[in-house]
Amino acid sequence: MSDNKIERHLYDVVVIGAGGAGLRAAIEARLAGKRTAIISKSLFGKAHTVMAEGGAAAAMGNANSRDNWMVHFRDTMRGGKFLNNFRMAELHAKEAPERIWELETYGALFDRTKDGKISQRNFGGHEYPRLAHVGDRTGLELIRTLQQKIVSLQQEDFAATGSYDSRIRVFQETTITELMLDGDRVAGAFGYYRETGEFLLFEAPAVVLATGGVGRSYKVTSNSWEYTGDGHALALRAGATLINMEFLQFHPTGMVWPPSVKGILVTESVRGDGGVLRNSDNKRFMFDYVPDVFRKQYAETEEEADRWYADPDNNRRPPELLPRDEVARAINSEVKAGRGSPAGGVFLDVSTRLPAEQIIRRLPSMHHQFKELADVDITKEPMEVGPTCHYVMGGVEVDPDTGAAFGRVQGLFAAGEVSGGMHGSNRLGGNSLSDLLVFGKRAGEHASAYVDTLQVRPRPAKVDVAAAVEVALAPLVRAAASSTGSSADSSTGSSADSSTGSSADSSAAPSADSSAGSSTASSAASSAGSLIAENPYTLQQDLQAVMGDLVGIIRREGELTDALKRLHELRARVANVGATGGRRYNPGWHLALDLRNMLVVSECTARAALEREESRGGHTREDFPAMNPTWRRINLVCSLSFGEVHLEHKPVPAMRAELLALFERSELSKYLTDEELAEVEEQ
Amino acid sequence: MKRHFRVWRGDASGGDLRDFDVEVNEGEVVLDIIHRLQATQAPDLACRWNCKAGKCGSCSMEINGKPRLGCMTRMSTFTDDETITVTPIRTFPVIRDLVTDVSFNYEKARETPAFAPPPGVAPGEYRMQQVDVERSQEFRKCIECFLCQNTCHVIRDHDENKPAFSGPRYFIRAAELDMHPLDDRSDRKEYAQASQGLGYCNITKCCTEVCPEHIKITDNAIIPMKERVVDRRYDPIVWLGRKIFRRDQLESADGAVPTVNPPMSSARLPEGPPVGPDGHMEIAELSAPTQGGLSPFGEDLSFPLPPEYVSYHHPERPSEA
Repeated sequence: MSDNKIERHLYDVVVIGAGGAGLRAAIEARLAGKRTAIISKSLFGKAHTVMAEGGAAAAMGNANSRDNWMVHFRDTMRGGKFLNNFRMAELHAKEAPERIWELETYGALFDRTKDGKISQRNFGGHEYPRLAHVGDRTGLELIRTLQQKIVSLQQEDFAATGSYDSRIRVFQETTITELMLDGDRVAGAFGYYRETGEFLLFEAPAVVLATGGVGRSYKVTSNSWEYTGDGHALALRAGATLINMEFLQFHPTGMVWPPSVKGILVTESVRGDGGVLRNSDNKRFMFDYVPDVFRKQYAETEEEADRWYADPDNNRRPPELLPRDEVARAINSEVKAGRGSPAGGVFLDVSTRLPAEQIIRRLPSMHHQFKELADVDITKEPMEVGPTCHYVMGGVEVDPDTGAAFGRVQGLFAAGEVSGGMHGSNRLGGNSLSDLLVFGKRAGEHASAYVDTLQVRPRPAKVDVAAAVEVALAPLVRAAASSTGSSADSSTGSSADSSTGSSADSSAAPSADSSAGSSTASSAASSAGSLIAENPYTLQQDLQAVMGDLVGIIRREGELTDALKRLHELRARVANVGATGGRRYNPGWHLALDLRNMLVVSECTARAALEREESRGGHTREDFPAMNPTWRRINLVCSLSFGEVHLEHKPVPAMRAELLALFERSELSKYLTDEELAEVEEQ
Repeated sequence: MKRHFRVWRGDASGGDLRDFDVEVNEGEVVLDIIHRLQATQAPDLACRWNCKAGKCGSCSMEINGKPRLGCMTRMSTFTDDETITVTPIRTFPVIRDLVTDVSFNYEKARETPAFAPPPGVAPGEYRMQQVDVERSQEFRKCIECFLCQNTCHVIRDHDENKPAFSGPRYFIRAAELDMHPLDDRSDRKEYAQASQGLGYCNITKCCTEVCPEHIKITDNAIIPMKERVVDRRYDPIVWLGRKIFRRDQLESADGAVPTVNPPMSSARLPEGPPVGPDGHMEIAELSAPTQGGLSPFGEDLSFPLPPEYVSYHHPERPSEA
C-alpha cells in the first residue's frame, strides 16, 4: 500500500465549514435529497459560531410591534454605509424571522418575553430590540441546535437505511487544501485528515464554502486558529472573485488584559443592557463622537441616554450603541490622546449601572469570562476594553439569491462570513447569526438545484490531484531535506519535478506511519531544519505584525504600500516553509499549509485598502478621512490569475426604487452622489 | 520567568512525559504555555484548541492530574516553584500528545433520540415561559468539553462499561429534553435508565466538580432523572396497574409510554461503526452510492471508449492515430 493513498468519496454536495452557515446549508441539501458531506476543521460543534454572544437579528416584532423587515433593511443599509448588496440585505431582513422560528422546531430554547414569545434585545445600530438571544451564549445555542438537527436527520437515515452516515456525514478535523475543477465546473475537493495526515478526495459537483473569516492574520483578534481565510483563498484559486476585502470589522470591545486573552470579545450586549464607556478622566466620551449621519438618532445628553433604556419610544439611544466602526474609532482616538486605561484600552462599566444580581442574570458568560480569565468581578469594577479584529465584511462575490460564486467557476457556492456583499462596509451586531441562517439555507438549496441541472458529473483531473498532494507534502519534504543536508536537498528537487502530472506517490515524502519515529527526533530536526526551511509559527507572527501594524484600523497610503512590499517578501518565505514531525496530528504542518491562504487573502485586503481612497465603515484612511459618494458606487473586486492578485472596479448594484423610497431624501443625500439623487427625484 | 513543565508526548503506541523549561508571563494560562512550546521548542506538539475563552470546550487536558480546560487554568493558580504536568484526558484513546479520540461521545450523541417537535404547532407559534425554559437552558450551556465524561469513574479506566453507558454529558441531554416544555416525547427518563446506563451512576458528583460551565449535573439532572424513574417504577398504583393490565392495555392506559416503539438504540441489534480500527473507513466504496469499487476513470464513463476518445498510438501503424 502506498504511503500517499487517497481515500475517495462521492457526494452530491460538499459543504466546507461546520459553523452556522455550513450546517444550515448541509441541512438544506440533505432535505433536498442530496448526499451531503460536511467538512469541519475542528471537532463537530466547536466552530467559531459558538463565540457569538449577543444574538440573532430578526424583525419578529416581539419586543416592539413596530419592527418589521423594512426597518431592519434600513438599519442594515445604514450600518453598511449603503455599500451593501441591497438584494442580500432585503432577503436577509425578510427571511430572518422564519429562520429563527425554524430553529425552535429543531429544539432551540431562546429567552422568552412575558407572553411566551422569543425575547429580543437591543443592539448597536438596530432601531428596535431585535436580537433573539439566549443569555449571552446565543452562538452556542445556534451551533448546538443545528448540530442536533443534523444528528436527528442522521437518526432518520439510520432508521431508513441502517447507517447514520448514509445521506449526511460529518468529516471532523479535516482540512480542504484545494478545490478540484473540471474545466470551469467544480468537480470536488482535496484535503487531509488532521488526525492521521492521510489524504481524501471528495468528488462532488457542488461545493458550498462556509469557512468563516480571516482574523488569524491579525495580532489582536477575537478569532480562533481556524480563521485563516481558507474559503476566500480556495475560491480565488478556483477562479471566483472576492469583493469588499478592504472592510474588516474591529469590534470595539475586546479584552485588553491579561495578555493571554487579549482580543477576546466582550459582547455588545454589555452596552445594550446599560454599560457605558469611560476614559481615564472618568468621562463618558462617546457623546463627542456621534457623526453627522447619525446625529438625529442618538441622544445628546447623559440624562436622555439613560432614560432610553426604560423608555425607548420617547428618547434617543445612547451613543455607546453607535455602529461598531464608530465606537472602535472613538476608543482608538481616546487611547491615542492619552486618556486610555493602564493596559491600553478604555473602561467599560456596567457595575455602577445595574444591580449585581441583574448583571449576573443578563450577562452570565461575561461575568464568568472576566471572573475566570481576568480575575475581575464585573459587578464590582469596570472592564478594560479595546478594539479587536473581529469580522471580515468582504468575501466571495456571490449571486444574492442563490449564493453562487461569481467569476468563471460554476458549482461553487458561499454563505456566511466567507461571502461578501451582505454587510457592505460594516456589519451590525446580530446580523451575522441571521446571515448564516438565511444564506446558509439558500446556498444549500441552490447547490442542490444546481446538481439537478447537470447531465454529466464533473471529474477531478489526476494531474490536479497529484499537484495537490505535492503542495500538501511540500513543507514536510522541505524540512526533511533541510535537516538531512544538501544531498537530500537536491534529490527532493528532482523528485518534485518528476512527480508533477504523473503520480501521486513521491518517494521523498514522509509517510503517515513514520510519524511516531520522527516525532522522537523532532527537536533535533527542528533546530537543524530552521537553518534552511522557515518556521511556520515565526512566519505567522511576522504576517500578523504586518497586517496589525500596517493594515489595521487606521490606514495610511505609505504604510499600505510598505505592507504590500512586506507581504511580497513574506510570500517568498512562505514558499519555503517547513514542518517537522510527520503527518499525524501535526499542528506545525497544518499551520504551514494554512499560511499560503492567509497570505493571499491579506494581499487582497492590503491591495483593496490602498485603492479605496475614502473612509467608510470598516475601512478608515487617515489621508482620506471622509466618506465619498462616488466611491460608494464602486466595489473593489479581487481575482487571481497566475498566482497574482488583480483588482478591478465594479459598480455596486443600484437599489430598486421601492426600497429607495424607504429612506428619507435627507438621509440619502448623505450617501448618494448628486447625479444619483437627481435620478431618485425623477422617480 | 522560566517555569518547569512536563508534557506527555507520544501516540497510541506509547509515550512519556517530556521536560520543558519555558518562559511564563504575568496573566497567562496553561494553553498559552503550550502554544509557546509549539512556537519555540516543539512545533509538532499536538493540542486541540479554538476559542481560548472557555466557550468551545476543545482544550480539555489533565493538568497536575485534574481534568481542566487549558484556556481556563491561570498560571497564577500554581506556586512559583511548582512543576506543571500536562497529560491528555485519560478516558479516551490517545491520538497524539494531548489529542485524544473523543468519537465515543459523538456516537453516544447519535444514539440519544433527538428533540421531537410538538405536532400541530407551526414555527413562530411556540410559546414557553422563561421559568420553564430556564431549567433546560442550564444544560444547554454545555460546551461539550467532555471533562465530565473523562472524570466519570464508570468509564475512566473501564472501557468495558463504555458500550452500555452514555455518561453525564448525555444524561444532561436527556434531562434537557425531558424538561423541554414542548418536547413531544415523554419517555426520556425511561430511555436514560434503559438505554443510557443511568443506573451505573452512583452520584459521586465528580462530573459536577469538573464542569467548567458549573452545570449542576448531578443535582439538577441525574438525581431528578433517577428520582422520577424510581417514582414511576415503584409507584404502588403503577405497580398494581402492571399486575392487572396486559402490556398492550397498560401502554394505552399509561399515556406516558408511547404506543409505537421509539427508535431507541437498545431496540436494535448493536451496530459496529462503519470504520476501521484507525477510526476511518477502510474502503471508500462502502459508502459509495454505486455497487463495487469506484472506477478510477469516474462514474459516468463506460467502456469501450469511442475511438476518438482514445489517445493510443499504434507503434506500427502511425497513420491510424
